[in-house]
Amino acid sequence: MTVAVTLSKGAAPVFHLEDEHAHAEGGSTMLGFWIYLMSDCLIFAILFATYGVLGSNYAAGPAPKDLFDLPLVAVNTSMLLLSSITYGFAMLTMVKGRVGATQAWLAVTGLFGLAFIGIELYEFAHMIHEGATPQRSAFLSSFFTLVGTHGLHVTFGLVWLATLMGQVARYGLIEANRRRLMCLSMFWHFLDVIWIGVFTFVYLMGMLR
Amino acid sequence: MFDTSAIAKAIFGRLTWESLPLHEPIVVATFVVVAIGGLALLGAVTYFRLWGYLWREWFTTVDHKRIGIMYMVLGIVMLLRGFADAIMMRLQQAIAFNGSEGYLNAHHYDQVFTAHGVIMIFFVAMPLVTGLMNYVVPLQIGARDVSFPFLNNFSFWMTAGGAVLVMMSLFIGEFARTGWLAYPPLSNIGYSPDVGVDYYIWALQVAGVGTTLSGINLICTIVKLRAPGMTMMKMPVFTWTSLCTNVLIVASFPVLTAVLALLSLDRYIGTNFFTNDFGGNPMMYVNLIWIWGHPEVYILILPAFGIFSEVTSTFSGKRLFGYTSMVYATVVITILSYLVWLHHFFTMGSGASVNSFFGITTMIISIPTGAKIFNWLFTMYRGRIRFELPMMWTIAFMLTFVIGGMTGVLLAVPPADFVLHNSLFLVAHFHNVIIGGVLFGLFAGIAYWFPKAFGFKLDPFWGKLSFWFWVVGFYLAFMPLYVLGLMGVTRRLRVFDDPSLQIWFVIAGIGAFLILLGIVAFLVQIAVSVLRRESLRDVTGDPWDGRTLEWATSSPPADYNFAFTPVVYDNDAWWDMKRRGYRRPLANFKPIHMPSNTATGIVLAGLSTALGFGLIWYMWWLAAASFVALLAVAIGHTFNYHRDFHIPADEVAQAEGARTRLLAAGT
Repeated sequence: MTVAVTLSKGAAPVFHLEDEHAHAEGGSTMLGFWIYLMSDCLIFAILFATYGVLGSNYAAGPAPKDLFDLPLVAVNTSMLLLSSITYGFAMLTMVKGRVGATQAWLAVTGLFGLAFIGIELYEFAHMIHEGATPQRSAFLSSFFTLVGTHGLHVTFGLVWLATLMGQVARYGLIEANRRRLMCLSMFWHFLDVIWIGVFTFVYLMGMLR
Repeated sequence: MFDTSAIAKAIFGRLTWESLPLHEPIVVATFVVVAIGGLALLGAVTYFRLWGYLWREWFTTVDHKRIGIMYMVLGIVMLLRGFADAIMMRLQQAIAFNGSEGYLNAHHYDQVFTAHGVIMIFFVAMPLVTGLMNYVVPLQIGARDVSFPFLNNFSFWMTAGGAVLVMMSLFIGEFARTGWLAYPPLSNIGYSPDVGVDYYIWALQVAGVGTTLSGINLICTIVKLRAPGMTMMKMPVFTWTSLCTNVLIVASFPVLTAVLALLSLDRYIGTNFFTNDFGGNPMMYVNLIWIWGHPEVYILILPAFGIFSEVTSTFSGKRLFGYTSMVYATVVITILSYLVWLHHFFTMGSGASVNSFFGITTMIISIPTGAKIFNWLFTMYRGRIRFELPMMWTIAFMLTFVIGGMTGVLLAVPPADFVLHNSLFLVAHFHNVIIGGVLFGLFAGIAYWFPKAFGFKLDPFWGKLSFWFWVVGFYLAFMPLYVLGLMGVTRRLRVFDDPSLQIWFVIAGIGAFLILLGIVAFLVQIAVSVLRRESLRDVTGDPWDGRTLEWATSSPPADYNFAFTPVVYDNDAWWDMKRRGYRRPLANFKPIHMPSNTATGIVLAGLSTALGFGLIWYMWWLAAASFVALLAVAIGHTFNYHRDFHIPADEVAQAEGARTRLLAAGT
């Protein structure tokens, strides 16, 4: 809060505000949510670090080259990146106050998110079927945990998205709902950024090893 | 044939009659005492028809002041439990000589020292620190409440939920026998197949959510809700140290969450993060947990530094010496606290270069800390010092903490650490800084702000009695441990062979007994003060001739804290206002916008505790049901858009009018 306070010479100082310009409700929400995201980012940082330390301990089991199917991961990545773009469109229409278009773009975002989760589950099932389970080696433990934690976040985001769509349908694009959509927007793009890290450090660099 | 054991297993998971520690007479006796005490308390609440009042006014409150007080009550109750563990260990070690096994078997003793550490850090020090920050910070910055009042209530109940899980482990099953940081491979399923470590994990996870969220909340509060005119460099020092502490919380507790999650994956589904085979690495756990653990130490001590700064300045009647250097010292400590974690395991074998780096960074921390000590001394220099209770704690802190700091620098020398690692010297060192720093600070803070919270001072006689028992008891209890550590006695031992060591343990035991008297005197002090509250009454709201904004309002403050938002021109805003003839506004009150109470916080935390309990005992149905309920309640809560109300202007006028009459009667 930045109210300039100057004390003119001679004038009796005013030690309280006569008029309460009420704090806009949720004035701290964006900052608070951003700080939460950073704390979440730290959890991912720890999982990345763990993968960095343990990621080459194959314990005579399968290595990234034996497991990763890059074209599939590329499709998966594009699903998530496209969902971020469509979320951006949802926000643009929200600013214009168009409820129908916002809901439509949110629904598209949700479908891309579902596709991402579906492909990831398929990939996991395939690996487990081949015997590359999380228990097989420290590499696989840290792989499944890092990628799975991201997947859980996306799943949680989908539940949140559905909830918000219900709230927008019921109450419209009121101030509180706009704020919530903004928070989910940050969350969604944040997961995109994390995924870029996963794609780079886990999949691409894994194939190089 | 109907298989009843399969059904019992599906319902109760690992929980059987054998899980109840009926074979431990000490635990059974404790249970009887706790049960009788608990029933008496519940009976009294029912008899006096207080349930409705407690629920409406306290459990569901979103008022930062009441939540702060609830944190303090939680911390003090858990202090009794943590101290019971401490004095049991002291007694065991004092008598387990000359072939005696003492009175605690190994299974029980190992739980006792683990529970002592976990409880004292997570459920005593953390709630007390968070409670004081919660109570004081919004008042010091002239705010009506924290940024997210509902989240504040939720955070408190999550912390309480974690405490409930730890307390449950005493009577249902057992607690971890691993030491307070649960290092693998000992804490892994192969060596700790029972529920102890699971209690540890889920208690800390549930409480950790609360701690992280409360950290975010207080950062936002300090950044966003300061009174007009209060720039960052005009914030009271306690607010500064709170800000740094909460930054540390948000930047370190997620690490704990992650590392405990990895440990639980190892235990529950058999991954290989911290195992010795399939490529796992136990030292990874030790690194990660100390990346949280070292900042945690500063999370506890920084608010105490803030308290000492406020107390020294107030009771010396002077502006704090070197405010700017104090702020920078705090910030430097905040940053450095991330660069020292490896000094907790110099013996890991990371090599001379790595050990030297971490040894040097550790020693560097003593520079800003030393600067703070000098600032307090120079504040006192030529001040009119009033030796009230908070000031006495502060002086005891300065003398004691310097000793602890010096032994810390000694331990920071890697070659010395190779000798002293894991010895009683280390135990003496960290008790020296945590009791002599954090706890003395908390007692100073309680004595200092108690009249603000309740409108009457604490009884000085019993307070001084408690002070002397604590200080003398501390020295008697821990100085012998330095000696023993230098003689090579390692920590966590249950029986001893060398009879010449016994005398030191007996002295330490006497010290612990004096501390017991100190705790009793503290409780008596509170009881006596409540009984004698009329003669200890303070109507001014400013009993110590204070300097910061919390003393500008009434004691206890009204729900809305300040009828009008204060405007700040200087450090020590209230001192400035008093000096320049500030007059309380007596008219033109406006309606005040306030958040509404809600039961969602306590419900969510209760469900999280049930979720933890289900996971601990493998009661999968309970875990699944509470998880679904958790999700449903959380989502349901977001459909409530009406979370605030206005206090009408004439109610504000009434409350302020009552204060005006009190002030007039007082003078």
